[in-house]
Amino acid sequence: MSLDRAEVEHLASLVRIGLSNDEIETLRDQLSQILEQFDVLRELDTSSVIPTGHAGNLQTVMRDDLPGECLTAEEVVSNAPRTEGDLIRVKAVLEE
Amino acid sequence: MAELWQLTIHEAHQSLVQREISSVDLTRACLDRIGQVEDRVKSFVTITEIVALQQAEAADQRIANGDSTALTGIPVQIKDLMSTKGIRTTCASRMLENYVPVYDATAVSKLLDAGAVLLGKGNMDEFGMGSSCENSAFFPTSNPWDLARVPGGSSGGAAASVASGEVAYALGSDTGGSIRQPSSLCGVVGLKPTYGLVSRYGLVAYASSLDQIGPITQDVTDCAQVLNAITGHDPKDSTSLPQQPRDYTQALTGDIKGLRLGVPAEYFVEGMQDGVRDAVQKAIGDLESLGATVVPVSLPTTKYALACYYIIAPSECSANLARYDGVKYGYSYQDTDNMLEAMEQTRQHGFGMEVKRRIMLGTYALSTGYYDAYYLKAQQVRTLIREDFARVFQEVDALVTPTSPVVAFPQGEKINDPVQMYLIDVCTLPINIAGLPAISVPCGFSQGLPVGMQLIGPHLSEEALLRVAHAYEQSTEWHKARPEL
Repeated sequence: MSLDRAEVEHLASLVRIGLSNDEIETLRDQLSQILEQFDVLRELDTSSVIPTGHAGNLQTVMRDDLPGECLTAEEVVSNAPRTEGDLIRVKAVLEE
Repeated sequence: MAELWQLTIHEAHQSLVQREISSVDLTRACLDRIGQVEDRVKSFVTITEIVALQQAEAADQRIANGDSTALTGIPVQIKDLMSTKGIRTTCASRMLENYVPVYDATAVSKLLDAGAVLLGKGNMDEFGMGSSCENSAFFPTSNPWDLARVPGGSSGGAAASVASGEVAYALGSDTGGSIRQPSSLCGVVGLKPTYGLVSRYGLVAYASSLDQIGPITQDVTDCAQVLNAITGHDPKDSTSLPQQPRDYTQALTGDIKGLRLGVPAEYFVEGMQDGVRDAVQKAIGDLESLGATVVPVSLPTTKYALACYYIIAPSECSANLARYDGVKYGYSYQDTDNMLEAMEQTRQHGFGMEVKRRIMLGTYALSTGYYDAYYLKAQQVRTLIREDFARVFQEVDALVTPTSPVVAFPQGEKINDPVQMYLIDVCTLPINIAGLPAISVPCGFSQGLPVGMQLIGPHLSEEALLRVAHAYEQSTEWHKARPEL
């Protein structure tokens, strides 16, 4: 499995990571090599195997919806890069 | 008399409760030791000297009041992937270089409640992604046995800090070997508990179905003591098991007569160093001499575990690390008015290359057209790997394998070849895939560097693993060997 440059650029746009030209080439090479390692899985017939999503044996965990202690608004925004009062300031999402 | 910084947890505890030493003495001794060796080992991202001395004074008061636990007053390093309230938690990433959590991870608050003295935060591969500690955005950590070599990873700082005597013990986390492999490479004891035994609340997420917190210690008794303190059900982690805390030191009986230990041929892999193979084979012979029955077993799905892991872990990582967008916390690129450009630039400059590689890989495996061939396939193979282990655990109580196929390797040797780096974890990552507990204990040296033996058990078999590890350790001197620095 070999990736082309356009596929790497498409992936980068999906994950919102800017990449330099060099990084695109390096990642194209490395991701292609890593994907080749995955071919070994084709040896296994898994057509009737149930997938495992989790290592634990727990089923869905429920609890009563009770109010408890929580962080203050001030604490929640204390690490935000830009704030106004206890709000987080973001860049315009919709273009004019 | 050993230097104070050389004491194990149980030795220090004895001296503290008998009032031969104070926690302030012990903490200062470790701080002095850090002063002597840290410029060469570089195991700490942050040193919390002032906090540590305050906690040490409080611990001395607690001991004077007769209210101490096994960990009261004893210095610890915490891997910088665990949230510490008011103390910078970087995950060794530019993205979180200035991030200060507003709450403690559950495992951290349990240690602090027990009276631990926090000396600082441990260096690591960025967000836990790596096997050499070279993926730290700040600086690499060195192996105390040979400063030109890696300490392993991702909890490399934790293992190096314990091996070099900077702290009595450390907390690490393990997604594919990140506690056991560096413990093996640094000649200390590292336990990855059963998935769900220790709460993940406050552990910054890498791959949520695989991540688990555990102790890195100088010996097995210390390992049991730390495990006693950090286990227990946590309503804040929905994957936390409904287990009551128990006293794991009760399992350290020294008696392993009649236990059945399996040796899976598949773990003695091609490319394994002869010195590692010899040391582990010798240790298996020693376990037999101690009364265990050793039988060959087969785990035929082992060869698929690497591919399975490197699909599942990056897939989960790509989802978990989507949160770093430069809006809510962390590094934020501000030099544009365009929201999308700001996110792309934030993630370009905030993440290192390995993190970018895994996010891209995981997104590929999850994307339309490839989901069935990669992610679904890997989840099905995960079922086969679990069934393989379940089958052999009907025949044996535990498995014995090498922890790492190689001893500590030179810095720079594998960092530009991700496939070679990934192969280092071939003996440890199947265990995370199946959610099993496993411990690495020192079992000898090769080329003057420590070798680790891995013991693997079924879910919640920590007591059996600790019993075997302890019986072996007490019959050898390996755990007493310390590097000269």
